[in-house]
Amino acid sequence: MPASLLLPLEVDDLCYRIGPDLLLDKVSVAIENTGISVIMGPNGAGKSLFLRLIHGLLEPSAGEIRWAGRSLGPDTRRRQALVFQKPVLMRRSVAANIDFVLKPQGGRYRQRRDEVLHEAGLYRLRNQAARLLSGGEQQRLALARALATNPDVLLLDEPCASIDSAATLRIENLLRQTRERGVKIILVTHDTGQARRLADDMLFMHNGRLLEHGPAAEFFAAPSSEQARAFLDGKIVI
Amino acid sequence: MQDFSAAFGLAFSLIIGADADLIEIIALSLRVSISAVLLSGLIGFPLGALIAVTRFPGRQVAAVLLNALMGLPPVVVGLLVYMAISRAGPLGWMNLLYSPAAMIIAQTILVTPIIAALTRQVVEDMHKEYDEQFRSLCIAPHRVIAALIWDSRYSLLTVTLAGFGRAIAEVGAVIIVGGNIDHLTRVMTTAIALETSKGDLALALALGIILLILALSVNAAVYGLRSSARRLAYA
Ligand SMILES: Nc1ncnc2c1ncn2[C@@H]1O[C@H](COP(=O)(O)OP(=O)(O)O)[C@@H](O)[C@H]1O
Ligand SMILES: [Mg+2]
Repeated sequence: MPASLLLPLEVDDLCYRIGPDLLLDKVSVAIENTGISVIMGPNGAGKSLFLRLIHGLLEPSAGEIRWAGRSLGPDTRRRQALVFQKPVLMRRSVAANIDFVLKPQGGRYRQRRDEVLHEAGLYRLRNQAARLLSGGEQQRLALARALATNPDVLLLDEPCASIDSAATLRIENLLRQTRERGVKIILVTHDTGQARRLADDMLFMHNGRLLEHGPAAEFFAAPSSEQARAFLDGKIVI
Repeated sequence: MQDFSAAFGLAFSLIIGADADLIEIIALSLRVSISAVLLSGLIGFPLGALIAVTRFPGRQVAAVLLNALMGLPPVVVGLLVYMAISRAGPLGWMNLLYSPAAMIIAQTILVTPIIAALTRQVVEDMHKEYDEQFRSLCIAPHRVIAALIWDSRYSLLTVTLAGFGRAIAEVGAVIIVGGNIDHLTRVMTTAIALETSKGDLALALALGIILLILALSVNAAVYGLRSSARRLAYA
């Protein structure tokens, strides 16, 4: 598997606060350059905030974030793509949504667009209005658009939270193909099944803190924190 | 009462007979107001969008000012443009007074704030929705503005219509800078004002009826476009 050039991701004592609330509390982690890293944890754990911070959409209150030794900026962000939990699709056709990110790259973007749409299984829907697609198709389009930018790192925030299992399967297959191409994937999910199916390494967050980080096999065999154990057992974790 | 029904009868015969004077007046009205609205759109769309997406000190003030300018009294605009372009004015050398160009300038000044202010509101809402995605994709600022304008195109059509309604219906500005000169600067509203004061109700009524039909059909067309846009989830 080829390795992504932007990695490793190093996060040191990352804090994020809004007013008096400390929403991320001294998160430190090093994420390696291959495979799928899955971030799991209950609602409100700070997973989405963490993703936005490492992508550079939010300013940390304290701490440091480095991609391959470089601090955050447009340069690092340009080589990453983030798929938001609720896909933000433009008021245009499916094809035009892809064209929008391909045009600045110049050249023969139509050919590349058709490739991307075929890959995502959306080619047949290319002339449809993007916002009339089903939930699963919208997620796939958001993912296809992210991949069209040729990212080194793909960040996903619960891409399957509101879609059915068949649609989930298609997304997971797309993610596996993407991993094989050497794109580093950091995936947020609170679906244990999905984490088991995809994760190479696991991060477990709770209450703004990173409680665990390790190889997926070890994590699922024997989580070290009580909260992760309870979460895996399907108990409500607060 | 008899006068009125005679006037109505005459008005309809003018319309149906496509009276040459009537056609000339309508054509000039459309030319002036459509030109003014196009110019206003050229200025107002990017200006409104720019204020919507950029963060600068005094942005709130700019927004409030723009909203206030929406209610500019036409006669005041007419007066100011008159002072600028009359022989003694700074633009006197251009010889614009009492010409269609002067009327276009006055209406553009009247309509631009309306288009810019309404565009700002429309674009600001859409910007909230797209902002994080665009920042994630590192889209250049000029592309952000172009994309927001394009994606709100159906709402902006309504905005344009509001501007056109204002332009085609106003009298105060065009009568001051245009002078209501027969065959040169006479438009529907100034003709209605003049003919009514002369007691020639037939021509005034005919023009009034056309003005109403025009407003209704433009509204209907935009309504149709917007509902088809809504079906496509583009609006
Ligand atoms: N803009 C904000 N203002 C105030 N609180 C916020 C904001 N964004 C997130 N939070 C809070 O931060 C915590 C973590 O949020 P988030 O990262 O979205 O959690 P999740 O792990 O479910 O993705 C939550 O308690 C949430 O209420
Ligand atoms: Mg979240």
